[in-house]
Amino acid sequence: MGNLVEVRNLTFYRNDRAIFNNLSLNIMEGKITAIMGPSGTGKTTILKLIAGLLQPDSGTITYNSENIHELSRTKLFQAREEMSMLFQQGGLFSDLNVYENVAYPLREHTNLSEQLIKNLVLMKLEAVGLRGSENLYPEELSGGMARRVALARAIALDPKFIMYDEPFTGQDPISKGVLVKLIKSINSALNVTSVLVSHDVPETLSIADYAYIIADGQVIGQGTPEQLQNSKSSKMEQFLDGMADGPVKFRYPADDYAQHLLRVEP
Amino acid sequence: MNDQNLEKYKPNWFQQLLDYMNLKINIIGFNTINYVESIGKAGIVLFIAMFHKPNFRKSFPLLLKQIYSVGVLSLPIILAASFFIGMVLGLQGYTILVKYGADQTVGQLIALSLVRELGPVVGALLFAGRAGSALTAEIGHMKATEQLASLEMMGIDPIHRVVTPRFWAGFYSLPLLTLIFNVVAIWGGFLVAVGWLGLDSGSFWSNMSAAVNFQEDVINGIIKSVVFGFVVTWVALYQGLEALPTSEGISMATTRTVVYSSLLILALDFVLTAIMFGGLA
Repeated sequence: MGNLVEVRNLTFYRNDRAIFNNLSLNIMEGKITAIMGPSGTGKTTILKLIAGLLQPDSGTITYNSENIHELSRTKLFQAREEMSMLFQQGGLFSDLNVYENVAYPLREHTNLSEQLIKNLVLMKLEAVGLRGSENLYPEELSGGMARRVALARAIALDPKFIMYDEPFTGQDPISKGVLVKLIKSINSALNVTSVLVSHDVPETLSIADYAYIIADGQVIGQGTPEQLQNSKSSKMEQFLDGMADGPVKFRYPADDYAQHLLRVEP
Repeated sequence: MNDQNLEKYKPNWFQQLLDYMNLKINIIGFNTINYVESIGKAGIVLFIAMFHKPNFRKSFPLLLKQIYSVGVLSLPIILAASFFIGMVLGLQGYTILVKYGADQTVGQLIALSLVRELGPVVGALLFAGRAGSALTAEIGHMKATEQLASLEMMGIDPIHRVVTPRFWAGFYSLPLLTLIFNVVAIWGGFLVAVGWLGLDSGSFWSNMSAAVNFQEDVINGIIKSVVFGFVVTWVALYQGLEALPTSEGISMATTRTVVYSSLLILALDFVLTAIMFGGLA
């Protein structure tokens, strides 16, 4: 199988800070590709760049062999109809209840009957364990529940390509386990291509087919979960074992700690 | 000391002045570019919102919903404010005009000042404070909570789905609210002048109807409210889209909406009044 998405020599600046510096990676069709890395390394940004929600400063991102940032607005929206993204905050519409949120993409892009839409919505909500919550509004949901509703909405149209932005954050252990299985089963049953951005190492590596670890705007390691876990690279060991001190910077650049404490501010 | 060492001790105030001026010119240039860019972006948003082919089956319910939240929910403040303004006009008009024996013209004073100026201007200022700020805060919140990005990811243009119905709702609502404002304010003035101060009801209405010209006064007042509705809604929607996705960013955008809209209403009122009544046309 080929690559559905190819990122080549990507450079992206936020103000004067380089988030990515000559970054290249591939998303293989039909597989789950994980992108991991410490907080603030631009994991969400890479998803937004792939989706065409942000413009890179240089480099290319191709989706289905088409440069996503050179598509016209109409063609970009057409390409997005087969994509889906689970946002970190869920992105649920606050004026619609759970049922209407999940039904929204179905109403917008299909002409299905109301009965069929109802069946599909209930099936998606059952899959994420939230059937029965149809009448609740987003403000009545916990963070974890909101993300599960958002997942139900993200898979409502059975997309070809799903991007998951931190799906496990804020989930209790049971929900986390269910989500891990759900992402895996969606991927294999529907032959979906998935990108999973997360820093939950065990959960992510348990279902990923291939993983990239990014830090300081670069890919610092890549491979199958087994290859990563057996890696002798000090950067990889530091990230996978969760150590603060090592070649990957945990601390923000600052003066000497003792001098900073003792310095008399004007 | 050789020449090089002497150079170090020379006062470099001229260089500092040049650097300072350079910095200031850079800042002015940067701000000007930003300002022009934001006007351009606001124009593009307006163009996309106004000139896209609507899908009536989906757009009409969205428009009705927005007319309710932008127009109907603004009614209480419009009704209360117009009633009090009308009463104050009646009271002030009567107490001043009675000194000159011209108290019969209170109806004329109330009607002309309302339909030409106070109705469109005060109505638009209240609309900017109530509906404009709500539109900015709502869209800013949708941006901060990734609702706009979710729409984009579903292949739905947020400008068509979010901005367009709100724009037309504001555009249609303000003229209607202005008409209601005028009617209620005239009624408030009538209550005070006739009901309380004892002015003759017949002369109140007959002077008013004789003085007010439908084409010149009423239609021109409605034209003003159409322009104000267009401007207030445009400013509010653009500020919402451009708000920084934080609590502070949304609050600053909301403030900007009220300030910019109010200033534009007052400035445009002068221009329109000069064209309509000042003989500039």
